[in-house]
Amino acid sequence: MSIGRKEFILTLEGVNKTFDGFKAISALNFYMDEGELRVIIGPNGAGKSTMLDLITGRSRPDSGKIEFGKDTDLTRLNEYQINRLGIGRKFQTPSIYNGHTVFENLLLSLKGSRSVVSSLFHHTTAQQRDRIDQVLVTVGLAERAEWQAGALSHGQKQWLEIGMLLAQEPKLLLVDEPAAGMSDEETSRTAQLLLSLEGRHSIAVIEHDMTFVREIARKVTVLHQGTILCEGSVDEVQNDERVIEVYLGRKHDAKRHL
Amino acid sequence: MGRTGTKSAKWGLGIAAVVIVVVIPSLNAFTPPGGLFHVSDFSINLYGKYLCYAILAVGVDMLWGYTGLLSLGQALFFTLGGYMMGMHLMRMIGDLGQYHQPIPDFLVFLGWHNLPAFWRPFDSFPFALLMAFLLPGLVALTFGYLAFRSRIRGVYFSILTQALTYAACLLFFRNSLLMGGNNGFTDFKFLLHHDLRVPATQRGLYVVTALVLLLVYAGCRWLSQTKFGLVQQAIRDSENRVLFSGYAAGYYKLFVFVLCALIAAAGGALYVPQVGIINPSEMSPEKSLEAVVWVAVGGRGTLVGPILGAIGVNALKSWTTRAFPDLWLLILGTLFVLVTVFMPKGIVGLPEQLHALRRPFGAKLTPAAPGPPEPEQESAKTR
Repeated sequence: MSIGRKEFILTLEGVNKTFDGFKAISALNFYMDEGELRVIIGPNGAGKSTMLDLITGRSRPDSGKIEFGKDTDLTRLNEYQINRLGIGRKFQTPSIYNGHTVFENLLLSLKGSRSVVSSLFHHTTAQQRDRIDQVLVTVGLAERAEWQAGALSHGQKQWLEIGMLLAQEPKLLLVDEPAAGMSDEETSRTAQLLLSLEGRHSIAVIEHDMTFVREIARKVTVLHQGTILCEGSVDEVQNDERVIEVYLGRKHDAKRHL
Repeated sequence: MGRTGTKSAKWGLGIAAVVIVVVIPSLNAFTPPGGLFHVSDFSINLYGKYLCYAILAVGVDMLWGYTGLLSLGQALFFTLGGYMMGMHLMRMIGDLGQYHQPIPDFLVFLGWHNLPAFWRPFDSFPFALLMAFLLPGLVALTFGYLAFRSRIRGVYFSILTQALTYAACLLFFRNSLLMGGNNGFTDFKFLLHHDLRVPATQRGLYVVTALVLLLVYAGCRWLSQTKFGLVQQAIRDSENRVLFSGYAAGYYKLFVFVLCALIAAAGGALYVPQVGIINPSEMSPEKSLEAVVWVAVGGRGTLVGPILGAIGVNALKSWTTRAFPDLWLLILGTLFVLVTVFMPKGIVGLPEQLHALRRPFGAKLTPAAPGPPEPEQESAKTR
């Protein structure tokens, strides 16, 4: 590739994925720099979540290359192996352990051994407690440590899940619609949270909400019919003829929606 | 159960343990028959059987209530443990059988003159005991490995476990397996030089069963409080999150599945010398379903619940099958439906439910202010 000497944290090249004859991902090329905060947008069915599934090992591509860092091939690994490499994923609907306390949710997410044997003889150290407290402060749930996670509000659940990702200390965070179902204030807090992580982690965010995108986006990738339509700053993307057409074609007021 | 409840709950548990392990056998041994407090030989034998079922039930709940794996095949492991113990007991009959031959009666009946090779090591009690755990453990390990590797979940897992126990049931019905066919094993006489037909032996077996139940309870309780227990319950609540947090959920499930097979096997191995018979009908699918009903009635996701449920439902069964023999299955089914609909937390959750009823009528309708939900949290801790 002739993209210079830059080090990519994530590389997707010529990736294809078909479900029952429907081409969900088609000849997709996608590159992410180390430490980058990238936003991925696109109409429904554009293949955004499928793309995350392929990266995180939930499904396998029919063809193409998916690499993490220099040359770790992700297409042969399963979910937990990929996670252990340092790729964390937040799901669209909060995916947390409702029966456990907020503290326990984070304890289970802390970086460390994942083996059955070590789990039997685990003792939480003072360092681990400090780390959990740190994460609790970062995601604004310090007062809620002993709450049962199921009793949290929707927004708090989303933050808890982001906190669970942070506890894993991943190199790459994949965040699927973090602002879905949030109030304006919560959305803005979520944006601040993600921005505060920029630089320390590489982050890819899928989002629909354009105010939110405006708030956090440096570089936006527009996905359409399983392939990249265009990439650029928010303004560039919003003024791109093809992007407008894609959204207009779906009978949306593109200017308002974008 | 609030915070004050846990202390009294601990006391209650301690007292229950003493009653089961010490008081009941003492009343059987030291009070005169016919006396007000006497526990008859028949009763203590019956209670021993209930406790074996309680051991099985704890295993079922570790899978279902704690890990979200509804296994409908736990009776298979129970019965396999029982059969291995039964083989030893058959050998201990010696030549006291109907045919007065040195090999088990059913083999004589099938035309055998010598003991089949695979029967020989069962003359040894330690070997039989080892096999009582090894065989069910290996079956669980193999089946579990294949099932969890293929990511078989939910109702598919339940159906497969039921199919497995049914297949084993059909296999054990065959005479050619040389495991006693549909009659199974019975007419046992001795265990470790003790005559099984003597009340003192049965009392001893009861005490051993009670101690094993306590051990299983304590072990599962410890496990549920480790990080392993947290992962286990996390799998129940959100298996995806567990996988995407770097845990190989399959191995955790395999560990629990094998552990619960071993627990069931312990129950089965203790059941056979007390009940005096083991046959393939013990691994028929409805036996596993019954175990699930005990857990549901007692209270899923707690460790006391399955024990209460196993004892309670079986006591009801003993009474019903004498009073209204034809109605038992109907009553069992009705009980299951009623408990599922009206008592989702079973007997263990009943005090909490009654407490809620006592609250002022209007208060129930207003949603509780968001705060740490004490009751749930407590019960989660005391599990």
